[in-house]
Amino acid sequence: MAMKVYGLPMSTNVARVLVCLEEVGAQYEVVPINFSIGEHKNMEHTARNPFGQVPSFQDGDLILFESRAISKYILRKNQSELVKEGDLPDSAMVDMWLDVESHQFDRPMAVIIHQCLIIPMYLGGENDGNVVEENVEKLKKTFEVYEARLSKFKYLAGDFISLADLSHFPTAYYLLATPHASLLDNYPHVKVWIADILARPTVKKVVEMMKATA
Amino acid sequence: MLRLATIATTLTRKLMAPVKVFGPAASTNVARVLVCLEEVGADYELVDIDFPGKGHKRPDHLARNPFGQVPAFQDGDVILFESRAIAKYVLRKYKSEQLDLLREGNLEEAAMVDVWTEVETHQYHPALSPIVLECFIYPTLRGLPTNQKVVDESLEKAKKVLEIYETHLSKHKYLAGDFVSFADFNHFACTFYFMDATPYSNLFDSYPYVKAWWENLMSRPSMKKLGANMSTRN
Repeated sequence: MAMKVYGLPMSTNVARVLVCLEEVGAQYEVVPINFSIGEHKNMEHTARNPFGQVPSFQDGDLILFESRAISKYILRKNQSELVKEGDLPDSAMVDMWLDVESHQFDRPMAVIIHQCLIIPMYLGGENDGNVVEENVEKLKKTFEVYEARLSKFKYLAGDFISLADLSHFPTAYYLLATPHASLLDNYPHVKVWIADILARPTVKKVVEMMKATA
Repeated sequence: MLRLATIATTLTRKLMAPVKVFGPAASTNVARVLVCLEEVGADYELVDIDFPGKGHKRPDHLARNPFGQVPAFQDGDVILFESRAIAKYVLRKYKSEQLDLLREGNLEEAAMVDVWTEVETHQYHPALSPIVLECFIYPTLRGLPTNQKVVDESLEKAKKVLEIYETHLSKHKYLAGDFVSFADFNHFACTFYFMDATPYSNLFDSYPYVKAWWENLMSRPSMKKLGANMSTRN
C-alpha cells in the first residue's frame, strides 16, 4: 500500500517529506488538505495530527506528524545514507545541522516568508518592515556561520549530502522569490550550496509540485 | 614491553576520559544533555560558561558553538552543539540492552520518539517557556516586571497543548509508548522550571494523566539529582 502524505506540496513542511520519499523511490500519494475551509482542524485530520497542522503521514497502521520525524522515518526505513545512522560522529553531525536548520534558519525564514510572500499574495496586506528587518538580521548571522562551515566542507554535515542539507530546500526556494534573495551574494559558498541542492533531480521534481499547488 | 604498556595505558585513559559539557547547569538546554548523561551513567565534566562576562562570545567557545550558545560538548575529537543532537550522541554511544532510550532498532518506536521530541520543540516549550521567562527569568535576572498579558496568552496556549498531552497520555504510560524515552526526557527542564519557578504549577492538576506522567518522571534519580541543583527555591 502506498504511503500517504496529507497536505499541499507548497507547504515547506510537506515538501520536506516529499523530497525524502523521492530520494528513497517510495510509492506515495499526496492527499490535499484544504486550509481555506478549515479542513486541517476537522476531526479526521486532527486524529492524524492533534495540533491540526500539516503534514501528517500514514504508512499502513502507523500514523505520524512533524515533518522532520516523518522524514527520518522514511529515510531510516529505507536505510538511506542521508541520515548516517550506525555511524556515531556522522549521525551526530546530521542531527546537529538539522537542528540548526530548524532553529536558526527556519525560524527567521518563516517570518520573512509570511511577511514578504503570504501577506501580500494571500492576505492582501502590507508587511511590517521592522519585523522583516529584525529577521533578516538573524538570517545574516546564520548565513555567516554557514559560510564559514561551507568554506570547509561541501555540505553541512561533512563532505556528504544529508537530510540536514535537503531540509533547507523548500524554504531556500521561497527565499529566492523574496526581495532578500540578493543577500546570498554576500555568502558565496552558501549560494553555491543552495544552487547545488536545488539542482538535485528529486528536489527539482518536488519544486514542480510546489509550484503546481501554490 | 614498556612501549606496549604505555600505549595500553594511554588507550585506557582515552577510553575512560569523561565527556565535557560546556554551559551553566541552570540552562534548560544544558539540563537536557545532563539528564541523558545521568540516565546512562556516563562520566562527565560540566564546564561553566560565564554569560555575564560574555564567555559565550569568546573565540574558544565560538570554536565549539559558532552561534555562541550553550551547550557545547566534547568527546575526544568530537565537538558538538545543539542540545538534542548532543543528547542523541550520548544515548547512542552508551546504549545497551537495558538502556535503549532512542529505540533506533525499531522503526515505529523510533518514529514516536522523534515525533514527541519535535512536539516538545515546536508546541510544548513555546507554550510554557514564556511563563517561566516572565515570572522568573526577567524579574530575577533582569529586574523587569512580569508582563501579565504574555503570561495569560501563554497559559491559554499551554492549556490547549496540555489537553492534547492528556489525551495522549491516557493511552500510553510515556510519550513514545509504554517505555520511557528521550521524548520524555526532553520535557524535563522546561517543566521543572514551570513547576518550580512560576505560580502556575497547579495548572497540571486539571490534567491528571499529565500530572501523573510528570510525577513519575520526577521520581527518577537523574531528575531528582539535577532538580536539586536547578531549584530556584534554595
